[in-house]
Amino acid sequence: MSSQKESTVRTLVVALLVCLVCSVFVAGAAIALKPTQVENRQLDKQRSILAIAGLGDASMSSAQVKALFAERISARIVDLDTGTFSDAQNPATFDPLKASKDPKLSAVLEGSDDIASIKRRERFTTVYLVEQDGKLETVILPVRGYGLWSTLHGFMALQGDLNTVAGFGFYQHAETPGLGGEVDNPKWKSLWLGKTLFDDKGELAIQIIKGNVDAQSAQATHQVDGLAGATLTQNGVNNLLHFWLGENGFAQFLANLQKGEA
Amino acid sequence: MSQPTIKEVLLNPIFNNNPIGLQILGICSALAVTSNLKTALVMSIALTLVTGFSNLFISMIRSQIPSSIRMIVQMVIIASLVIVVDQVLKAFAFSLSKQLSVFVGLIITNCIVMGRAEAFAMQNPPVLSFFDGIGNGLGYSAMLIVLGIVRELFGAGKLMGYEIIPVINDGGWYQPNGLLLLPPSAFFLIGLFIWALRSWKKDQLEKPSFKMAPQVSNKEAY
Repeated sequence: MSSQKESTVRTLVVALLVCLVCSVFVAGAAIALKPTQVENRQLDKQRSILAIAGLGDASMSSAQVKALFAERISARIVDLDTGTFSDAQNPATFDPLKASKDPKLSAVLEGSDDIASIKRRERFTTVYLVEQDGKLETVILPVRGYGLWSTLHGFMALQGDLNTVAGFGFYQHAETPGLGGEVDNPKWKSLWLGKTLFDDKGELAIQIIKGNVDAQSAQATHQVDGLAGATLTQNGVNNLLHFWLGENGFAQFLANLQKGEA
Repeated sequence: MSQPTIKEVLLNPIFNNNPIGLQILGICSALAVTSNLKTALVMSIALTLVTGFSNLFISMIRSQIPSSIRMIVQMVIIASLVIVVDQVLKAFAFSLSKQLSVFVGLIITNCIVMGRAEAFAMQNPPVLSFFDGIGNGLGYSAMLIVLGIVRELFGAGKLMGYEIIPVINDGGWYQPNGLLLLPPSAFFLIGLFIWALRSWKKDQLEKPSFKMAPQVSNKEAY
């Protein structure tokens, strides 16, 4: 009996059957759940865009999120090389993160340019606009960069003057909970509101500093309190802001938009 | 040896034979996911279900599995279940699955699942094996929940994300202990938990593996 159970043919048959049954089971689950997952991911992103634009809070139901997003937010493709809006991609389906891995749609960043440690930057990306009566109210720019453990993915929302921060936050990261993870702290995120990115000379001046901001300082409007115990995450956030708001990021686009030429 | 009853296999692993406390298995994920109670709970449920069902399925085909490939067959079944759990979490608890990230996937390598499959499900009937898996999952869960409560309460002043102790950062009086949010703190807590468990249940004490020689006196040394 036991010799029959241990024969080579039987071993192969059992292995094959187990693999077959398991693969059908796994594939079935993956396919059945895929639509829900895709929807979840999209919903999660829309929710964080709305929250960062100051249009809603985290407790909204998914139907509310969808309705509000469709009503208030329009997605546009931006060509980062020329700093203008582009129709080369469809904003509803285009995925900038996927594009950043595609050699045709992205370029390698040189070491010294790559301050946010993202290695490749896509040529086209999606920005989100909130318009009220034809006037630009908020523009939401995607930002990302490396912190301590992980790439932080987030959005920076600017008011219509393209200088004042209307909201800032991350929708995906894996920093240490309680230390670097405090980038999600609503209290810290609220510190960003009303800060201005550029100083009088037009230089990018926004900065997270160590310790607390001295309200008397001339720089106070460009500075945000640091997170205790999270120096490296904080450096990462500084770097990614300076990358995405700088020459290789949205600087050109923001300048064009300001002049009405985007 | 008489066959254990369902009640025994279900309840014994919680205190008498705790997989983390006595067998010292599954420590890795216990360090990683317990910095707050919510992820600890979800991880507990996921692991309990995986252990239960992997035991059930492995036990159902135990007489068919050739012993030369039994580990791989167990692994395939466990891995399939874990993938399904991961997919379900992504579909129905998206924000939690983001926090748990790789750790759900790593249930595959959790020694508790493999250990129960090899040690129990291969020799026992399906229903009993299923409850043994659930029981061991509950033992793991008990430890995770205790760790989650201690770490979140004293590390962040919250439980399940709700504020319990007002922390200084939000205008309260409690200075949270940042160490508790880092993985090493779970080591200390698990150590203390094991100490408490073994002081309570003396039979869990291990025999010392060697004896210290009696101190050599000065006179003998020269």
